[in-house]
Amino acid sequence: MAERTVEMASAHGLHARPASLFTQAVAKAGLPVQLSKGDKSVNAASILGVISLGIEQGDTVTLVSEADGADAVLDELAQLLATDLDAA
Amino acid sequence: MGDVLHGTGIGRGIAVGTVLRMPEPLPEPADDTSALTPDAEKERARASLAAAAAIIRLRGERAGGSAKEVLEAQAFMAEDPTLIDDVGVRIDSGKTAERAVYEAFAAFRDLLVSMGGYMGERATDLDDVSQRVVAHLRGVAAPGVPDPEHPFVLVARDLAPADTALLDLSKVLALVTSDGGPTSHTAILAREKSIVAVVGVTGALELADSTEIVVDAATGDVTVAPDEATRAAALARAAELKAARSAATGPGALADGTPVPLLANLGSADGAADAVEKGAEGVGLFRTEFLFLDSATAPTVEEQKAQYVRLLQAFPGKKVVVRALDAGADKPLSFLNDAAEENPALGLRGLRALRANEPILRDQLRALAEADAETDADVWVMAPMVSTVEETRYFTALARQLGLKTAGVMVEVPSSALLADRILADADFASIGTNDLTQYTLAADRLLGSVASFQDPWHPAVLKLVGEVGKAGRTTGKPVGICGEAAADPLLAVVLVGLGATTLSMSPSALADVRAELARFTLDEARRFADLALSANSAVEARAAVTSAATP
Repeated sequence: MAERTVEMASAHGLHARPASLFTQAVAKAGLPVQLSKGDKSVNAASILGVISLGIEQGDTVTLVSEADGADAVLDELAQLLATDLDAA
Repeated sequence: MGDVLHGTGIGRGIAVGTVLRMPEPLPEPADDTSALTPDAEKERARASLAAAAAIIRLRGERAGGSAKEVLEAQAFMAEDPTLIDDVGVRIDSGKTAERAVYEAFAAFRDLLVSMGGYMGERATDLDDVSQRVVAHLRGVAAPGVPDPEHPFVLVARDLAPADTALLDLSKVLALVTSDGGPTSHTAILAREKSIVAVVGVTGALELADSTEIVVDAATGDVTVAPDEATRAAALARAAELKAARSAATGPGALADGTPVPLLANLGSADGAADAVEKGAEGVGLFRTEFLFLDSATAPTVEEQKAQYVRLLQAFPGKKVVVRALDAGADKPLSFLNDAAEENPALGLRGLRALRANEPILRDQLRALAEADAETDADVWVMAPMVSTVEETRYFTALARQLGLKTAGVMVEVPSSALLADRILADADFASIGTNDLTQYTLAADRLLGSVASFQDPWHPAVLKLVGEVGKAGRTTGKPVGICGEAAADPLLAVVLVGLGATTLSMSPSALADVRAELARFTLDEARRFADLALSANSAVEARAAVTSAATP
């Protein structure tokens, strides 16, 4: 199991456009990834799930994947969350 | 000849075309037990979700710009794996695909609404997607703006910004709505894009698709199934208007040569080039809200300055009136005023909100003064929603202290209009915001459909207040501009000049019609029209009296 903990960088948190960019990246990676904040966990490829977490700037979130070879994918996704996607 | 329906015309255009109805929202799918197997229902749901996503994506490609991003996100919502799982679970419990899709979207919608704020606003996106999928499952037309191959007259209850962002304007001959007043979103769009429109038409929703109608904005009449003579006369007038519009060029002026500078209302620096091309002689209202919306905090002086410089560079040597941040009842900004107010239009808004957050106001004025120093435009600054002489003094003193040469106020509250002589003793100019002035004078919320009929700037009470400001302008020798929707109504524009307005500011696409109308009348005539309007009992009477006096 691979796991990464990241602090959300985008100024407006993870809604709308950043959420759309993030979930697309997860979908493209093709591995099952869960995103969790606090005790809530959602499919990271689900834009509605991700939006419903209500992630704000500075929130700590965790990415988890049980899939083989998930390390590289999680690194990439963690990197994405640590970047200000609104500026992208 | 058929019936004549009546509403409020926007502008003076006329058009002939066939009706296309905006589909009504679909009723909620009934919670019946499915007659199909769960697998068959799931297949139907899967196919319709995919089809809806594809259609939404295609519309996004076609719309481009910011609408594309919104629609792209909507397409992902239709393809959302969590949602599809949820639909599957609901189908397994015996529901139809329609009901399962409806419930799954509604569950997410409720979740977003409960989160409030920005998330809550996304709820309408979800409704939109949900409706599209359910429509596809039922094999009926998707709600939303129709998109046929031929030109049409769009008939709707009212249009929301989400609808009009996707409207292919090249095919829309005219807009007819059953609801909404002259400041509704439909009316604003019609003025902005110079589309013939009649709003608030009783009986509009009984018009059937493909019926031919004549839409006359000058009279507010919608003629159903016109006879040949009516039809020909309408087409002839449309051609005449088109010719007059292209003939009128150059600076705005009355028939006797009295100059009436025509300025543009702009909401961002992006529209500057288009405004110049359409003959704007400057900017009469530059709204700065776009710099602040979608932000949790105010932008820095540097960020603001860059935007102002961009705008000012488009108008070298010309007047550019910038309005300080106007966080209104309709556009709240959380960092300015977070308090829930029972009557936001009467609350801490406009200059009141800025004063309560003076550092934000100071930053904005400083950024503007710096931008002014770097460019050749003639920068004027004004405060929104000023209601007292004391507020006027506060704002103008602060603006001058921070290096701005010309500081004025917006007259949107009757108290300011009534004391305009005292306000103009201090302010360098006044600019009348007719939309709010009408709302406050008639005590009718301009965002509330049920009182939309009160929101008519032709109302003699509103015009009387405009006249007070005009008089004070003449006495003090200071300019009085108009920057509300009223200035874009060509005949009303003439009346406003008669009442003492010295400049008119409007959406750039309204400039040509107003310019052409001003050139038809002298200042004496404009004053006579103003007197006629002032002596009327109602907005309808005022408009009728001036229209008949202005018709040769």
